[in-house]
Amino acid sequence: MEKRVTFKGIWLPILLVLPQLVITVVFFFYPAGQAIWQSLFIPDPFGLSMQWVGLGNFEYLFSDPYYRASFVTTAVFSILVTVVSMGVALYLAVLADRLIKGSGVYRTLLIWPYAVAPAVAGVLWLFMFNTRVGVVAWYLGLLGYDWNHVLNEGEAMGLVVVASAWGRISYNFLFFLAGLQAIPKSVIEAAAIDGAHFWTRFRTIVFPLLSPTTFFLLVVNIIYAFFETFGVIHTITSGGPQQATTILVYKVFSDGFVGQDLGSSAAQSVVLLFLVSILTVVQFKFIERRVHY
Amino acid sequence: MATVTLRNVRKSFGKTDVIHGVDLEIADGEFIVIVGPSGCGKSTLLRMVAGLETVTSGEVEIGGRLVNKVEPMDRDIAMVFQNYALYPHMTVFDNMAYGLKIAKVPKSEIEDRVATAAKLLQLEEYLKRRPRELSGGQRQRVAMGRAIVRKPAVFLFDEPLSNLDAKLRVQMRLEIKALQRELGVTALYVTHDQVEAMTLADRMVVMNGGVADQVGKPLDVYADPRTEFVAGFIGSPPTNFLDTALLPGLSTAPSLGIRPEHLQIEDQGRLTATVSFAEALGAETLIHCRVAGGRQVTVRQDALHHIPAEGESVQLNWADADAMFFDANGRRV
Repeated sequence: MEKRVTFKGIWLPILLVLPQLVITVVFFFYPAGQAIWQSLFIPDPFGLSMQWVGLGNFEYLFSDPYYRASFVTTAVFSILVTVVSMGVALYLAVLADRLIKGSGVYRTLLIWPYAVAPAVAGVLWLFMFNTRVGVVAWYLGLLGYDWNHVLNEGEAMGLVVVASAWGRISYNFLFFLAGLQAIPKSVIEAAAIDGAHFWTRFRTIVFPLLSPTTFFLLVVNIIYAFFETFGVIHTITSGGPQQATTILVYKVFSDGFVGQDLGSSAAQSVVLLFLVSILTVVQFKFIERRVHY
Repeated sequence: MATVTLRNVRKSFGKTDVIHGVDLEIADGEFIVIVGPSGCGKSTLLRMVAGLETVTSGEVEIGGRLVNKVEPMDRDIAMVFQNYALYPHMTVFDNMAYGLKIAKVPKSEIEDRVATAAKLLQLEEYLKRRPRELSGGQRQRVAMGRAIVRKPAVFLFDEPLSNLDAKLRVQMRLEIKALQRELGVTALYVTHDQVEAMTLADRMVVMNGGVADQVGKPLDVYADPRTEFVAGFIGSPPTNFLDTALLPGLSTAPSLGIRPEHLQIEDQGRLTATVSFAEALGAETLIHCRVAGGRQVTVRQDALHHIPAEGESVQLNWADADAMFFDANGRRV
């Protein structure tokens, strides 16, 4: 039975919702509206005048091979970050769930990376893999591998993926561990008596029962990879080499604030806005339906 | 079908000893009920037979084979859990077929066996449903069906009825008994409910503080309890215990136990008591009295007898044969 709180008047509920509404309007609707408005103009470089171009910015954008390449980059990057961070987190959570002694220490240590801001994480990984002074790059050099993410596109992508996924593992780990611990122990025991070994149990019982958690993390991680990895990319590669790590969000920044093409930048924001709306609707409409118990 | 043998089985969790050495011989096809209050180690004992807990010392044999180090899946057992432990994301059919699928039983045979079990348990119309769409009693049946289809040598039940309401519990109790008779499978059943133990068991094991206080047929245990604990735990309302200091010359043992039905209210008795209140249950009446020293005693008498008024002073009497004496350690003398 769901308990509903009912209010007598209309003013108290409005007052209670107001702070959130104000924040949403000021920091979301207003900028989003402005982006849509600006995407229809080309301003001059000094911001003194604007010229109406209709959908010109969008036409230009989609005929730009760099922009289309950025879509592919974003897709590759998001999938890699999500798969790596969720895969490693799930593996660690399964191990931690089996521990009886010392799981508290293990858990605490695994949560630490989450406290590191993305930009700082980026700098940490950059130091380790710096082509001249980085520890890891130096050891790789001893092994005969010439690490250079400044020149090599694959290595650059690898590095930003690892740096972005790293802090995220902690977050995913916590949710996976909580999810695993919420599965009744007797269900696992029943499966063990039914003859299922560890891997079979995981595949047929644990993973399906974990799917609400997995689905939630999938949404959250894709959104993270899309938007919150800016700091990591900015500190490590600045979108390079050759735009190999320029994801859509980074391109909004580099075209708008570095390239001073504010019209195009606004148009790209609108595209992103559209993309996220679709993503959210698709995820909640179609995928969530299958993961309820 | 198999025998189960426990030899001096012990269990410790760290430094805490939970089971202090239990010996038990279970014959093929026998229904054994382990009964005791919570925390007496009865579930732990069952879980050791299932292989879900390691055996600290002693031996567990199933069908004459030492299984101390054998995985649960290789012990030829099936278990019904208190919370049913159904797989929530699978249909009733898949729940029952799960173990068979893993054992790579041919598909047609799986369907046959599940259909047979479903018919036996009246679950035929629910095979396509998921556990959350079933009532408590139906879930219980699915859990039993899952155990039946695998045709195990031993059934293990861990308080299977305690999540059901009273009426359903009585009904399922009869069904479990009938099912076990029909299949002829050895069964080990854990409960804290002494009525379940009395009605289901061929023999019952009364556990107290990690020790099997008494093993025997229900009526034998009832009629002839070996310890004060067993006398108090088995039977409802429980056995009355009196301080023998109140009854000089009767015995040197400190405690006297008499079952409520063995006490009579008579004109000339051995002990004076004051009636606190009477519960008329129709066929019988329970009369709760207080004796000198403040102990409560219960008299169970036929409804035809006169019911004394509250506060009335009455004389209690009993036959010598019905008196059970217990020493300071609670052992029968």
